[in-house]
Amino acid sequence: MPTDSTSPTKTQPAPLTGGSALVRLGGIGIVLLSVAGAFLYLGGWFTPNALTPARFADEFERVDGIYSGFRRNHAKGVCVSGFFESNGQGERLSKAAVFRTGRVRVIGRFSLSGGDPYVADAPDTVRGLGLLFWLPDGEEWRTAMINLPVFPVNTPQGFFDRLVATQPDAKTHKPDPEKMAAFLASHPETVEAVKIIKSHAVSSGFDNSGYNGLNAFRFIDAGGKSIPVRWALVPVQPFEAASTTGTAQGDKNYLFYGLIVSILQHPLQWHLIITLGQPGDPTDDASVPWPEGRDQMDVGTLTLDSVESEETSPARDINFDPLVLPAGITPSDDPLLSARSAVYSQSFTRRAGEKKEPSAITPSDVRK
Amino acid sequence: MTTEQRQFNASMRFLHWLMAAMVLTMLGIGVAMVASISDYHRLVSIHRPLGILILILVVIRFVNRRFSSLPPFPASMSSQERFVASASEILLYALLFVQPLVGWGMLSAARYPIVLFGSVHLPPILPHSVMLYAVLRRTHTVLAYLLFLTFIAHFGAILFHTLIVRDGMFSRMAPWRVRAS
Repeated sequence: MPTDSTSPTKTQPAPLTGGSALVRLGGIGIVLLSVAGAFLYLGGWFTPNALTPARFADEFERVDGIYSGFRRNHAKGVCVSGFFESNGQGERLSKAAVFRTGRVRVIGRFSLSGGDPYVADAPDTVRGLGLLFWLPDGEEWRTAMINLPVFPVNTPQGFFDRLVATQPDAKTHKPDPEKMAAFLASHPETVEAVKIIKSHAVSSGFDNSGYNGLNAFRFIDAGGKSIPVRWALVPVQPFEAASTTGTAQGDKNYLFYGLIVSILQHPLQWHLIITLGQPGDPTDDASVPWPEGRDQMDVGTLTLDSVESEETSPARDINFDPLVLPAGITPSDDPLLSARSAVYSQSFTRRAGEKKEPSAITPSDVRK
Repeated sequence: MTTEQRQFNASMRFLHWLMAAMVLTMLGIGVAMVASISDYHRLVSIHRPLGILILILVVIRFVNRRFSSLPPFPASMSSQERFVASASEILLYALLFVQPLVGWGMLSAARYPIVLFGSVHLPPILPHSVMLYAVLRRTHTVLAYLLFLTFIAHFGAILFHTLIVRDGMFSRMAPWRVRAS
């Protein structure tokens, strides 16, 4: 019974016997420990082998080493800026402000895959383009695309296992081919994806390369109707096949220097092409292309007219998280999307607090 | 005839239990999302607006408390116990106010858009600085664990008073109305 503080003696219950007090005390202990245990369970303390963003970042660090202040993947890069000019076509598909006729400011970052920010440029290294569109009402659209036609894996676990298979051997300092063979044996989707990737000609530079979103998303129109989409940037710059002779590759930064020369000569442009999925097209598997003949819509042109070293650009300190989306674009059921968001965030948090070392492409490299 | 107030008033009790549910949910989501791959995005999308809602509610609750009369401590509590109880209450209020602000601030410093839902978003409250983000991100974790420990201490103290001392401590904040005996 509640105690009346003005007359405590009247309603004070009889004191507990030592035994029953002990039982109650034990009960309280169990309740508190259970609550704390539930909290730790949610935090993954009892499942140390579960895949977590931290384990992904650890594995990137194991494969390529830790470079202070750099992204754990796509570490080597250069920053750009420009604008996106929407032609208004996309408005029928998505209510996102970016598709209204007009211009929005864009910053971005070209990169090469891998965790080594000083790696030598090579034609087969995956090229990335991260973009941030500043929409007029303060919203943002961020996307991170690569030049591959499909993604080599279709689940976070597949990505992790493939990364582990590329880890250099302690003795040889090279990946163990047997590990990769074992990975491929249990991942037929990667075997299929690699066939498509190999059949896709690589261009000579960043400027005449296409960049693909790969993961499916959903566009939501003004009436609330949702359709699955994939997007890609198709270069206006004419295609030229990557040199296989190695002459162009004399400099370890030749791809980045080529981009700088090109962008300083004239603004670079890409068409933003939206591919519309149909019922039955897989939205949860980035390793599989959608069937030929899907409707495609050119919704506008990206123009990049300025290039900067990471050291002077705000884009270095931006996380090109593919799930920073404006109203009108939502994630699909592709499990890679949430994983990318989680792992990018982990990489961003780790590098944020580190001392920033100079980038391979320095401020003096981007001057005319 | 004067009857002494036994319970916190209905609005205080309502805010207490509403926020208790929200804060516990929030602590669970927070600790789960940082270790999560497949649910990360869904959890972050709840975490942000829920945090801002807690910030708004804690301000309302603080003001409401200032304008409410409070029941006295049970006579069973010593002056030291009363001091500890008051101090822990201040600590809880401070954490519930500061923690969402640190979250908002760290997203600002990282230049993440602070999306609540749809196109509704908050402005940044700090300049773009990843070093500042790194400090605030760590602070957010430390404060979350501190908040959880403070909650455990609060919960444990109430259980102790209610079940061992049996001074009716719980009835002061019981969600239902407790009549004088």
